[in-house]
Amino acid sequence: MALTLKHLFRKKVTTQFPEKRLETSRRIRGQQFVWRSDLCTGCATCAKSCPHGIIHIETSKNGGNKYLVDKIEFDIGRCMFCGLCVEACPYNALYMGQSYEQGRYSRILLWADKETVMSPDNKMSAYGHPEMEADMPEQTLLVYGQISKDTVGKDD
Amino acid sequence: MNHWYYFVDLFAKVRTTFVEWLQSVNLPSSLIIFIDSIIGITLLILIVFPVVMLFTWMERRFIARFQLRPGPNRCGPLGLFYPIADGIKLLTKEFIMPAKGDKLIHWIAPVILFFSALMIFAVFPIGKGEMGAFSDLNIGILYIVAIGSLAVIGIFMAGWGSNNKYSLIGAMRGVAQLISYEVPMVLAILGVVLIVGSLQMSELVSKQTVPFILLQPLGFLIYFIGAMTELNRSPMDMIEADSEIVAGYFTEYSGMKFAMFYIGEYINTLAVAIIATTLFLSGWKGPFLPVWLWFVVKVLAVFMFILWTRATLIRLRIDQVMAFSWKFLLPLALINVFITAAEVLAWQEWMSGWESFPWPFIFVNFAIAGALIFLWSKLFLNLGGGRIEIGPIRAGYSQGYGADPQAPIS
Amino acid sequence: MELKTQPFVLNIGPSHPSTHGVFRMRVVLDGEVIVDLEPMFGYLHRGIEKLAEGRTYTQNIPFTDRFDYVTSMLNNLAYVQAVEKLAGIKVPERAEYLRVIMAEMMRIAKHLLAIGFFTSDLGAMMTPLLYMWREREKLVDLFEMVCGQRLTYNYMRIGGVSGDIPPEFLPALKKFLKEMPGFVDEYDQLLATNEILLARTKGIGVLPADLAINCSCSGPMLRASGVKWDIRKADPYLVYDRFNFDIPIGTVGDVYDRYRVRIEEIRQSVRILEQAIEQLPQGDICAKVPNLLRPPKGETYARIESQTGELGFYLVSDGSIAPYRWRVRSPELLNLTVLREISRGWKIADLMAIFSSIDIALGEVDR
Repeated sequence: MALTLKHLFRKKVTTQFPEKRLETSRRIRGQQFVWRSDLCTGCATCAKSCPHGIIHIETSKNGGNKYLVDKIEFDIGRCMFCGLCVEACPYNALYMGQSYEQGRYSRILLWADKETVMSPDNKMSAYGHPEMEADMPEQTLLVYGQISKDTVGKDD
Repeated sequence: MNHWYYFVDLFAKVRTTFVEWLQSVNLPSSLIIFIDSIIGITLLILIVFPVVMLFTWMERRFIARFQLRPGPNRCGPLGLFYPIADGIKLLTKEFIMPAKGDKLIHWIAPVILFFSALMIFAVFPIGKGEMGAFSDLNIGILYIVAIGSLAVIGIFMAGWGSNNKYSLIGAMRGVAQLISYEVPMVLAILGVVLIVGSLQMSELVSKQTVPFILLQPLGFLIYFIGAMTELNRSPMDMIEADSEIVAGYFTEYSGMKFAMFYIGEYINTLAVAIIATTLFLSGWKGPFLPVWLWFVVKVLAVFMFILWTRATLIRLRIDQVMAFSWKFLLPLALINVFITAAEVLAWQEWMSGWESFPWPFIFVNFAIAGALIFLWSKLFLNLGGGRIEIGPIRAGYSQGYGADPQAPIS
Repeated sequence: MELKTQPFVLNIGPSHPSTHGVFRMRVVLDGEVIVDLEPMFGYLHRGIEKLAEGRTYTQNIPFTDRFDYVTSMLNNLAYVQAVEKLAGIKVPERAEYLRVIMAEMMRIAKHLLAIGFFTSDLGAMMTPLLYMWREREKLVDLFEMVCGQRLTYNYMRIGGVSGDIPPEFLPALKKFLKEMPGFVDEYDQLLATNEILLARTKGIGVLPADLAINCSCSGPMLRASGVKWDIRKADPYLVYDRFNFDIPIGTVGDVYDRYRVRIEEIRQSVRILEQAIEQLPQGDICAKVPNLLRPPKGETYARIESQTGELGFYLVSDGSIAPYRWRVRSPELLNLTVLREISRGWKIADLMAIFSSIDIALGEVDR
């Protein structure tokens, strides 16, 4: 009983979401995909490595070595965000996003089509791309007592 | 000086002033009594309901602070509108009636629980003197004990009328637990009554020159544990144990009927806190602050202690609860009554009443309480071994291992 | 005059506040005493073993996450070890140490959760649970730092691990390990001297040692009954033979002993972690493995000591890119089969205590 009394006077460890947020890990496997159309050759290795087969790619010949990618779509509704596609891409053209709030009102809206994954608003995460890690902000860690973005960088 | 005195004893003064005004207007005296009662009821309801709503809010926020989190804080400043939001939600829910349940009993059960809890408030002394309580019966404590036993019927009816085995288990446990904890509780109250010599609530408070918790430590402990059990609060909340029998006797209730159970439980909590304050913590007495403020502070302190135990302790099993009551609390309560009676007589013989010099009385009582609790728990109490067999004991059950292989599995 | 009573059947149904998932029990009660019990599971069966036959070995790794979803990395580890054993792949040393570090951290996390839910099922209104959860949050933050997810990690790969630990990982882990023994001591002292907990758990649900061995229980249930069997010592895998640690065993095999064994295991895991951090070498984190791995034809069985016992994978390969057959020896399902024997004659409240001391997660029971 004295233990709970001691805890009454300690600081809270919860974050008041959505006013305050935590800084996510640099390698977060978020619920978005970010696709670099300049690096992609349309080889569809990512589609072959997905356990569920959610990546749909349609290409057409462009003359020369690269395929022209007409349609690249991800079914976020069935994806399990395992990251195997990102690891499989031999040209480093696919990234995972940083967002964890991709809820939509119906399943059809959960298909990410070519414009969504190419859009420059998407923030790329460093999963599978270790060269990006140096520029990204550090994660908030509870073990240092950090419960919001403002306390990153300060030790407990 | 006059204004300060008025402010100090608000409840009693408001009623006295109003009654005197009515008498000066020369109304017939029966009408005066009638209007006075209406005023008293209104004042009571105005006090009780907001406090109960405050209690529900306090419970969630206070227990959440123990768990290192803020608690509900979205609805209104500091989350103060949560009880209102709860009330609105429960009002607009559908009344689900189990098809094969006993309809009449299902409807009446929450009503009985709720009103028996409310009726206790008639005798509480919130202010000094005769007009301090709504109706200062001279059998105040007896009235409280009698009304408090009505809750048992309410719980049993709720469990039976739901046509649900979970509810029935909860109701059976509830009846067993509640009636077995009333006896030690009443005996603890009896100790206080022996010292004061009267059952009237206002007398009990005005005679406490020394708070009775010092004179009756054992009595306070027994009363408190008994009262927490009567409220079905942790650690004895197995009749609504929501990890075994999903909500126990009120599983099948929804909407306003559930709200009546819920609020009835908190009204009971408030009643218990007020009784504990009145009997043991010397009610509204205190040095600097106004009368009603001391009362509020003491009641809140008792309530916070109840919340603290709820947040901390795990619940007991039903046969352990019964063993605790019959083998531990009841003998101690009886011994307490004997010792108190002996002390009252002795002090009257030798020192003309205990009010003049209570301190040896206090030391002796504390020493006896400590020794008894220690001795009894070592010698006679075995919480884990307390078993009550509700049914025939078949071969092989006696130690709890194995089972009868010929027992039919239906 | 004897009192005639009649047993009645109570269905502790699939959705219940304190079965850890969708688990159903048909209990025959006599008053409050349990006469018979029939567990019915299968509500979470997803057919993972059949789905796995159509996917390559690497694509199957995220499926293994979903067995015991609280400790995903241990399931990954068992599967990946089975494949490596079959294909004869040698794992670099840094990867082995990283695997040990992750496995022990997962063990601490699951034991904390088990103890927390155990007290919550006994009725403590979630206060100890939230304290345990706060400590587990610290660990989950570290997992997120390494592999990007908080629940289904998908961290192990065939031949090693998927990503190296960033430089902030070790200082944070060291700080956590410094605070952890104090935390465990605090709660140990609180709950071990709590009269009510002792009264609710001592002597309840006793599992005798020979019954445990006959019913193939393993893990903390077996060790609490007094049998000294831990795969990390008896059949060492990874680099466990280089560490000094003890195996806590109980005496009686009741609920209290299982709970104490788990707390002691947390302490031993902290010990292993401290030694592993010191001995961590530099090097590769993953061996060179072809993308579409074709193991030679044959079958193998690999097992690890997961948090509830012996988690084994029986893998049959026919030389193609997908496994021919996969069979999981699920420890939680086998531990659950003794529930009927050890809970007869006790009361409903005890049934909940016994059930949470077996510590299951339905994903593994039903696969």
